[in-house]
Amino acid sequence: MKKITKIAKRERSNRSGYLFLLPYALLFTIFILTPVCLAVILSFTNFNTIEFPEFVGFLNYINLITGDEIFMQHVLPNTVTYALIVGVGGYVLAFLLAWALANLPKVPRTVFALILYSPSMTAGIAMAVLWKIMFTGDQTGYINSWLMDIGVINEPIIWLVNSTYLLPIVIIIGLWSSMGVGFLAILAGILNTDESLYEAAAIDGVKNRFQEMIYVTIPSMKPQMLFAAVMQIVNAFQNGQIASMLAGNPTPNYAAQLIVNHIEDYGFIRYEMGYAAAVSLALLLIVQVFSVISRRMFKED
Amino acid sequence: MAYKGHKINPKKFEKSQIKIILMVLPMVLLTGLPIVYIIFHAFKPMEELFAFPPKFITTNPTFDNFRMLFKNSQTAGIPLSKYVFNSILITVSVVFSSLIISTAAAYALSKLKFKGRVLAMNINQLALMFVPVAVMIPRYLVVNVLGLTNTYWAQILPLIPLPVALFLVKQFVDQVPDSLIEAAYMDGAKEMQIYRKIIIPMIKPAIATAAILVFQQVWGNLEASNYYVNDDGLKSLVFYMNTLASTTTTNTVAGQGVAAAASLIMFLPNLILFCFLQNKVMNTMAHSGIK
Repeated sequence: MKKITKIAKRERSNRSGYLFLLPYALLFTIFILTPVCLAVILSFTNFNTIEFPEFVGFLNYINLITGDEIFMQHVLPNTVTYALIVGVGGYVLAFLLAWALANLPKVPRTVFALILYSPSMTAGIAMAVLWKIMFTGDQTGYINSWLMDIGVINEPIIWLVNSTYLLPIVIIIGLWSSMGVGFLAILAGILNTDESLYEAAAIDGVKNRFQEMIYVTIPSMKPQMLFAAVMQIVNAFQNGQIASMLAGNPTPNYAAQLIVNHIEDYGFIRYEMGYAAAVSLALLLIVQVFSVISRRMFKED
Repeated sequence: MAYKGHKINPKKFEKSQIKIILMVLPMVLLTGLPIVYIIFHAFKPMEELFAFPPKFITTNPTFDNFRMLFKNSQTAGIPLSKYVFNSILITVSVVFSSLIISTAAAYALSKLKFKGRVLAMNINQLALMFVPVAVMIPRYLVVNVLGLTNTYWAQILPLIPLPVALFLVKQFVDQVPDSLIEAAYMDGAKEMQIYRKIIIPMIKPAIATAAILVFQQVWGNLEASNYYVNDDGLKSLVFYMNTLASTTTTNTVAGQGVAAAASLIMFLPNLILFCFLQNKVMNTMAHSGIK
């Protein structure tokens, strides 16, 4: 009898739950939640970062929907294209690669995983150095030099100023760097799948590796699948670094302007923090919609 | 013959794996080449940097670019070792504290029942999705109000709570079977013991992955050095490397070599940590006695 009451007590054990959560909650509230709330408040003001913010109600949001032509004509379509290709494509790619690696012995798996993950480790300065040199606009650039060697082009292409090529380049680099922490989590998830499940599935009539993947692997690692999906969505919508590093902000003709670049443009170039905050809330809404969809998909039963 | 189910995580090399390698290889080469390129570029002597047509492979490797990098820091007044020290101090403190509080919070959110835990999880998720650039200025205001500006604390405390790390670890704690915890509880274990003796050993892959993640975030974090400290003696290595790479050099061909050397130096610790932890990341729970 005593044991049962203990468990019943644990079911309602409030205090230790709060205790374990407390240190994180405290720092989180101070350094993340408070700034986010401040940003939400700022979105209803006109704030030039110098004078005290002036309350303007929903004006920023109204302007965003009705008056921001650049946003509607360039930024939103670019972001949707980028997020669809890099987000969805990158996710599928991350899963397939992780699954393929899990079928290899330890040494080649480790080496391949390291190489695939390495772009995520070199973000920042390395990216600027590397890709800028690759896509240099005259014949000294590597890509131009190679393409001219094989005879695809006769004249060097000014890659980073040309609005036809800029978005595709940004998308390719986005895909190149999309094997991030989601990929690692999926890999760990697949490797952690209980092997006896595969044996049981084979008895139940699973016939090949593909069926195994659909009926055994994915259902047994839903938490990791969800984590990777959310990370992929967040990265696809929040990565504006590539475009601004390659072509500056704003990008030529807004050819590769993503929502994040738009926020940076308003917040740190035009100093309209209120409007920038409103745009980031719109972005939050978009990301949230997609994350709710993925949470439905990988719901725990 | 009936299909018997194949083994994930095979022990030995078999012929059937060749086609998997062939499928993966193009992607591996694509992601790997740029990294190889940075390595080559960092060791290129001046005449090869200027070579036309541009050369991929370095024929006469030199340390010139690295030497230039150190020379620059000698004239700057603050020795390179100071930046290295700052970076190590900040990174180590953040990684350890972040992992401890994230795993504790993940245990609470996943396995302990209390009012508001779903709400807490949702708030964490929302914060994760909020674009960082938008909170930069409000965050600066908070750091300022707390009087942390120009201290090491300003570069440590704001980076400790990392919603992504909590989310990741919690997803793995979810997979620890409840029955195991209940059994331990019946044997008289307290929450602290369950956390230390059951949860932590069982989520090692998650902890290792989170460690890599937190390390990367802190090691490459420019925001703190740029906005929260004015004193150059408190700034971190990435700040120094970045100023070097962006202001003086990227536009000139000669500077590209130095910038590549700088990025290689920043990349190496990531690489070492990954190699060191990969065993844990890809460790299977089969060894930890769940079955």
